[in-house]
Amino acid sequence: MADTHATAYDSKIEGNVIFTRLDAAFNWVRKNSLWPMPMGLACCAIELMATAASRFDIARFGAEVMRFSPRQCDVMIVAGTVTYKMALAVKRIYEQMPEPKYVIAMGACASTGGMYRSYAVLQGIDQLIPVDVYISGCPPRPEALLAGLMKLQEKISGEKSSAAQKPEWTKKLAGAVA
Amino acid sequence: MTGQELLDSLGKLFGQKLQDKTEFRGETTYTILPADLREVAKFSRHDLSFDYLIDITSIDNFGEDPRFEIVYELYSMTLAVHLRLKLKISEDEQVDTISDLWPTANWHEREIYDMMGIKFKGHPDLRRILMWDGYPFFPLRKEFPLEGLPSEMPDVAFTKAASLEGGPFVTRPSTATAKDREPRARPPEL
Repeated sequence: MADTHATAYDSKIEGNVIFTRLDAAFNWVRKNSLWPMPMGLACCAIELMATAASRFDIARFGAEVMRFSPRQCDVMIVAGTVTYKMALAVKRIYEQMPEPKYVIAMGACASTGGMYRSYAVLQGIDQLIPVDVYISGCPPRPEALLAGLMKLQEKISGEKSSAAQKPEWTKKLAGAVA
Repeated sequence: MTGQELLDSLGKLFGQKLQDKTEFRGETTYTILPADLREVAKFSRHDLSFDYLIDITSIDNFGEDPRFEIVYELYSMTLAVHLRLKLKISEDEQVDTISDLWPTANWHEREIYDMMGIKFKGHPDLRRILMWDGYPFFPLRKEFPLEGLPSEMPDVAFTKAASLEGGPFVTRPSTATAKDREPRARPPEL
């Protein structure tokens, strides 16, 4: 029987040290703590509230912290009809959010203007700000919003975040390792 | 005084100024001249008990002269009588405001100005109410296209024409089957 060596197992640090890629660690932290900016503009906002409430409980996905200051938010959930009168206000709030930031277009109106083929309604919020996830429905059920949120989490976990968001720091770190 | 006596006294006092009396389901409608509006409105408000202005609406009879029609819906809370006053004005005319008689008329008149471009003489604050200041069109006029027109107000708002994708999808007034009535792509026949 071969000897087992103490060096292979150190009970003092077991469970406290894990090995991973830097990006994977960043992304894991980010995707499980997405603070939404609730941009509730019409009836989709009611479903957004239902998603946050106990029956569907968006907290299961770490996104229960709705912030009404864009400076504390990671993802803007555009829930409802964006009129032209509101459009530049939505854009300004998006611009006040810190990077990295994401946008979910919730429902038909936010995605395409929906049934409002009209002089007063912006035909999709993607004409003003970049959208990561579109959710169909009029309004979408809370399950659909949660599915959209999970899609966004999937997207975040595949990002090359350090290289994309902190290029100089990453270069310096790579130089130090080499 | 009953509701009928109330309306009779109005008819007796103004006589010729009230035209085209129609009754429908207990609601009385009169057509008046724009010049008589303030006199009739003041009397209805102060001497008859029409204390509630339900609504003011406007109609664009595009192609006719006079072009616009304004409809005042009055109601007496004490006697439960409904009175509707209509008047016709052309595009370059102004209507007298009644916002000093019924304060609620202030916003109703602003909405008519915003959507139809009809101006109200003597209104204390005739600004747009739904669209923003500087928006160049009056969207409920008949010549304004359903999909809208492009406009630009830097830092305030912009508009673009919406894609109708084969529409507008409109219903047809008909008593035929639901299949005939349902909304289909029917471009306006101009």
